[in-house]
Amino acid sequence: MNDRAQDDGSGGDQPRLSCRHIWKVYGKKPEQYFPDGAPAVETPALAERIREDGAIPAAADVSFDVAVGEIFVIMGLSGSGKSTVVRCLSRLVEPTHGEILLDGEDLRAKSDKQMIEVRRHQIGMVFQNFGLMPHLSVWENVAFPLSLQGAAQDHTRERVGKVIELVGLEGREKSYPHQLSGGQQQRVGIARSLAVDPDLWLLDEPFSALDPLIRRQMQDEFLRIQNDLHKSIVFITHDFLEALRVADRMMIMRGGRVVQTGTPAQLITNPADDYVAEFTNDVPMVRVLRAYEVTDPEAGSAEGRERVAGDVSVEALLPMLSAHPEGLAVEQGGTVTAVVTAQSVVRALARLSEQEEAPA
Amino acid sequence: MSGDRTHWAWFALIGLTLVALGFRDRLGWLMEFPEAWEWPMTEWLNTGMDWVVETAGPAFRAFSDVMDYPMSWVRGLLHWMPWALTVGLLVIASFAVSGWKLAVFTFLAMFYMVVIGYWYESMNSLALVMVSVPLAVAIGFCVGTWAFYSDRAERVITPTMDTLQTIPVFAYLLPILLLFGFGPVVGLIASVLYAVPPMVRNTTLGLVRIDEEVIEAGMMAGATAGQMFWRVRVPSALRQILLGVNQTMLAAFSMIIIASIIGGTSDIGWEVLTHIRKANVAEAILAGVVIALMAMVMDRITARAAMGRSPDGGEDESFVTRYRYWIVAAVFAAVMLVLARVFPVLQDYPRAWEVYPADAMNDAFNWLLVEYAGAIKAIKTTALFYLMLPVKMGLEQTISPFSWGFEFTQPMKIGYAVAMAALAGWLLLRRRVRGAIGVALLAILLYFGITGLPWLSIAGVMVLLAWQAGGRRLAVGTSVGLAFLMLAGVWPEATISFYLCGLAVALSFLIGTTLGVIASENDAVSAFLRPISDTLQTMPLFVILIPFVMFFKLGDFTALLAIMAYAIVPAIRYAEHGLRGVNAEVIEAASACGATRWQMLWRVRLPLALPQLLLGLNQTIMFGVAMLVITALVGTSDLGQEIYIGLNNGDFGVGMIAGIGMATLAMIADRMTRGYSRKGQKALGQG
Repeated sequence: MNDRAQDDGSGGDQPRLSCRHIWKVYGKKPEQYFPDGAPAVETPALAERIREDGAIPAAADVSFDVAVGEIFVIMGLSGSGKSTVVRCLSRLVEPTHGEILLDGEDLRAKSDKQMIEVRRHQIGMVFQNFGLMPHLSVWENVAFPLSLQGAAQDHTRERVGKVIELVGLEGREKSYPHQLSGGQQQRVGIARSLAVDPDLWLLDEPFSALDPLIRRQMQDEFLRIQNDLHKSIVFITHDFLEALRVADRMMIMRGGRVVQTGTPAQLITNPADDYVAEFTNDVPMVRVLRAYEVTDPEAGSAEGRERVAGDVSVEALLPMLSAHPEGLAVEQGGTVTAVVTAQSVVRALARLSEQEEAPA
Repeated sequence: MSGDRTHWAWFALIGLTLVALGFRDRLGWLMEFPEAWEWPMTEWLNTGMDWVVETAGPAFRAFSDVMDYPMSWVRGLLHWMPWALTVGLLVIASFAVSGWKLAVFTFLAMFYMVVIGYWYESMNSLALVMVSVPLAVAIGFCVGTWAFYSDRAERVITPTMDTLQTIPVFAYLLPILLLFGFGPVVGLIASVLYAVPPMVRNTTLGLVRIDEEVIEAGMMAGATAGQMFWRVRVPSALRQILLGVNQTMLAAFSMIIIASIIGGTSDIGWEVLTHIRKANVAEAILAGVVIALMAMVMDRITARAAMGRSPDGGEDESFVTRYRYWIVAAVFAAVMLVLARVFPVLQDYPRAWEVYPADAMNDAFNWLLVEYAGAIKAIKTTALFYLMLPVKMGLEQTISPFSWGFEFTQPMKIGYAVAMAALAGWLLLRRRVRGAIGVALLAILLYFGITGLPWLSIAGVMVLLAWQAGGRRLAVGTSVGLAFLMLAGVWPEATISFYLCGLAVALSFLIGTTLGVIASENDAVSAFLRPISDTLQTMPLFVILIPFVMFFKLGDFTALLAIMAYAIVPAIRYAEHGLRGVNAEVIEAASACGATRWQMLWRVRLPLALPQLLLGLNQTIMFGVAMLVITALVGTSDLGQEIYIGLNNGDFGVGMIAGIGMATLAMIADRMTRGYSRKGQKALGQG
């Protein structure tokens, strides 16, 4: 079950985005905590000292990589520092300390002018409350980043038409933001952020302001769009289930610090502490666990059994198992690796629910 | 600040006041601030002003000469245009921004100016507004933007704007006159000074209030600093900025009459002013209506233009549909210019067709005044003897066989004291300490009158109130302000201002809030009150004065009514708005608990709306002060009168001291009510 993480995380290629030891301290003279460019003491001790001084460490030693084409989710409750981190990535908020590498280039070394260029071409962002210009129509909002660059009319028309179609807003081009529903407004926000075809796509709680049903729809839409575009994504949310639905890998934050980073399955099966375990309580395990994670090592040979793909969810597996009480052969990368039986599924689920009852 | 400590301070104050009053015959310095202690501030100010005029005078005069060009140019244009063209263009503009209702109103309003024979004067006034508003808007926009970007600038600009708005306009007419000379341009400069603050405020407010995510979205789109300002911030703040333009324009209109005091020549403000001075009521009303109508038309047009930026435009709209109103206006102008050549009637409305019903109106007024002389007199004397004089001079001096019909005998006085003491004591026993303090203070005030109280007591009450509302800082500020009034030697006038404005504000607030409460429960009443409030608010201050002068002649009572007529508007508005804004769930919860309508009002809605009510009180005071200055014209004897005297005698020092004094009182009242409102909001968790 670790190979997914390895594929995504430290694969051979250079990551699209790489954050190293990001700190953001709000308070008087925040630089004082980082003499000679390095934190003086260990992270928890330093964060504690900063708090005692009456300053706020909104982000404390945050490091992560985002691979090309990966959806990386930062999950945390309000005040956990997730929004600060995502704003540090585009330097909307100036980090106090740390390194941000986009395609190997250090963003913090860039001048304001160069940053404008980076934002114009390489990074797109979606906001929780949409951040639409109230005085511009849908079309004008989506075209806004292009018009700021002074892009050619033809190019603008082609790009805007394309992304509006992508988010399914054809026919609403002339409407104004206040005439649209929340879901439609966020579609405009998404279209705008994609208009310049950025490499890195930041989404700051994009669906949190929407109703649950619409939220679900928008998550599906988002995954569909990502399927076409293969952007490198940093996705912020406070909703654990949403994180599970969209994440390739995710990072949990609390009080400015990283609690745990890993694939959704890793987090559920091996929560780093009670805080993470708390979130996993509500998660329906049958949806998260995959066939390859609930195999039975003692089931014997896989010969003659029906085959099933390794990344099928347990939820989908159950009816198949009921039709094949003898068990199924789990297939990964074209070869059968193990066997799954009704008993092994029950055992895995029982083990997990025990963990929840009495967290270690 | 614990409740007990303030209570003890109040008790001490009441006790000391009574002691001081006991010795009032022997200790004169306790009753009146000794003249020997006053500073010669008037002289200092005059010397300073003389120096400024001598050194910088030529530069100011040169500026005034430059400003004469746009002024005469616009005047020339408006006089050259046929009246039919001007009226027509305004009607088209009204239709374009709003619809046929406003167009009809505009037509009737403008046509009134033509028919009444005031077209020439109206256009002169319009020229003043047309030059001063763009100037004020441009200056205000720049200053407001500067305040937005620089915290340091903001710290200077905000108090400066506060002061510009609270110092009565009369007070700075004279310095302008001394610096810039005489003539229409001086009126222009006064208008601009008065009209700039709302523009500054709204610009800054609009820029501050933009959704943070919109700014971030702009940054993420890669906006440069210039693009950020012109393409993100300004368009997002446009609505608020246009509101500022609207308010700036109303301010400019309200200055028309005042500006004509120093720069008036054959404009409509001058007409109103001369007729008021001559007590020609009908003529003053006819001219005053012109200004009111002009202000209303311009207000409605700009307000609609600010609100209803209808999103009907789009990429594919053709040139003709997009600019249809401009095309109509251009064609209309061309046709009308030709027609005016052919039919001179359209160029200059014939004298013979004018209708000027002043004489008939005066006859009618006189008939009314004679017919209802008894009733009018009864109203006036009742108010005077039973309300105004007791507050001003106290029951002690008011009650006499001549006024109340009996002698205020010694046993009666003792009876009054015992009754009041008993009431206060009873409240104290029931642990309603604040109520007891209030009763005691009111009893003392009514017996001795505000002019009969020791100066230290009045100052003490104000400082203690300030302390309760805003803590030590406000108390210190209030003390400094009051000290200024005393040292400058205008304490007696300030007391009269305090009395007149205080009484008017108290009554307006009481009546206005009651009306607001009714309006909040009854849509019909609300719909009935709204246009009245709107009209009173757009009406220039002088015009409000006229009908009261007509019925009640000159004097304090007329002043009181005029102040009330203007100051009642915010009381109504804020009460209705506050009560309607109470959380619906709380109302439902109270209904579910079985609250009667009366309980709902007194125990749920009013307490929850208290911060808004206090803000309403704040605005009531500010409106009251603004009108108070104007009422100097009907012969009050307060600070406003001092300002007016200073202006008429060309005595800069006298006018300025009184002006600053008035501003000081206004600012103290403003900070105090705001402080109470903030405290209330905090207590209700709305802060």
